[in-house]
Amino acid sequence: MKKKCDKCDKPATIHLTEIVNGQKMEKHLCEDCAEAEGITIKANIPISQLLEDFVLQTVGEEEETPSTPMTCEVCGMTFSEFRDKGQLGCPNDYEAFREQLLPILARAQDGNTQHVGKAPRRAGTAQQKQMAILRLRSQLKQAITAEQYERAADLRDQIKQVEAAEPERPAE
Amino acid sequence: MTLSDLTHRTSEWLRGVGPMHDVVISSRVRLARNLAGMPFLRKCTAQQQQEIADRLRTEILSANLAEGVFHVDVAAAGPLDRALLAERHLISRQHADAKHPRGVAVSGDETFAVMINEEDHVRMQVLRSGMQMRDAFEQINAVDDRLEERVDFAYSNRYGYLTACPTNVGTGLRVSVMLHLPALRLTGELDKAVHAARDMRLAIRGLYGEGTDASGDFFQISNQITLGRAEEDIVEEFLTQIVPEILNYERKAREALLKHNSVEIDDKVFRALALLRSARRLASDEMMALLSLLRLGINLQRIDEVDLKTVNELFLIGQPAHVQKMHALRRGLEGPTAAMPPEERDEIRAEVLRQRLGGT
Repeated sequence: MKKKCDKCDKPATIHLTEIVNGQKMEKHLCEDCAEAEGITIKANIPISQLLEDFVLQTVGEEEETPSTPMTCEVCGMTFSEFRDKGQLGCPNDYEAFREQLLPILARAQDGNTQHVGKAPRRAGTAQQKQMAILRLRSQLKQAITAEQYERAADLRDQIKQVEAAEPERPAE
Repeated sequence: MTLSDLTHRTSEWLRGVGPMHDVVISSRVRLARNLAGMPFLRKCTAQQQQEIADRLRTEILSANLAEGVFHVDVAAAGPLDRALLAERHLISRQHADAKHPRGVAVSGDETFAVMINEEDHVRMQVLRSGMQMRDAFEQINAVDDRLEERVDFAYSNRYGYLTACPTNVGTGLRVSVMLHLPALRLTGELDKAVHAARDMRLAIRGLYGEGTDASGDFFQISNQITLGRAEEDIVEEFLTQIVPEILNYERKAREALLKHNSVEIDDKVFRALALLRSARRLASDEMMALLSLLRLGINLQRIDEVDLKTVNELFLIGQPAHVQKMHALRRGLEGPTAAMPPEERDEIRAEVLRQRLGGT
């Protein structure tokens, strides 16, 4: 089913059917060749590309040593895992990988790294509360894996408590 | 409401009305959100994924977010029903093909849909016919407010709404239009539109989003920047600068075609109609190309025996899962049926189109 690009061996992702003087002509091109022909542009800078560029850019400056892999203590995500999959593991990753993420964000978001749009009405203490629950949940997961059921029950109660706590209204 | 009910009718957003409907098929806005205190989907356990799916289903169904909202358990749905939802733009293809617990809630008229457990826990969209971006944004924003009364979304003061992929972070807002650009293709000027989009940092994709081709001369154009701009500014920029420019290129190309090649255009349009009215087998690609010409002919007022709504409708019900589902229903088979051989599907498609276009 998958067609190869007319110009190179990569899989074709752009398919054009043109009818010139009653003759049907089909073109099947990969993104790069389509771009070279001016038919299309890359749909999006894929996150994997951004990550790759970033890694190339920082190689030599700061080698990531295997003994201290960057890991989010809440979800266990490593930065290299994010680099491979293009998706983060939990909200805390934005803080855990802050330094590495900022240049990637800036590139993907036209230089912007600060949100200026809508905020939830309960944004004030919500952020701390969110992180507290996230941490407790990750501890709960570990407790269950380790078959520490008493601790798990305790953590479950704590999560309920924090969840039920009414967030303070942010100062107007 | 069941999925089978959807098979026979058009989505509201395909009615072929609304501002600039000669070029703009539909406007779409979507927001990406994640539940606070939960990992993103990739790091959720199966149990957590189920918990999120159940919780969101309950909250969404009781929040009265739109008229007649119904829920489909996508994980439990058969492959044909999942393909049907994707063809109607109610779920993404990724969502259709995934394996984990997930769902979609859809309003009765299909202008509103929430995917549960796609790349983010919540992906909600409003789809409108023609250029109705402001209205669509107001609606989705109100829905977001209402949902936020019930659940906390992951949010940081610095980065805004937190999403699994940093390309959505901040507003989580993606606005897009589906454009029909047949004249730009016929005049070989598509790259004009493409360059204009590139200059404005927009993504341009095929009919069904990421990685799909521009079947039927349909193109989706969407914003890429989600962080560091207010929602209203994203919408306004799109509405006032980006779309009018591309629209203008297409309209000029149409005028030029009429002025210099009206016989050629008529020939293409009437041949397309004749083929659609008499073909005994129609592959999906061929149907899309012919309908595209027919749509152009209607918009250029070269042909008045078929209306825009009918053509828009046929683009949808001629899609593979729709053809197959309709066939199954006619035969009184309700459940998912085995995949149909393409030739058989092409025969049924040709039959449906002949009937709808008054063919023989």
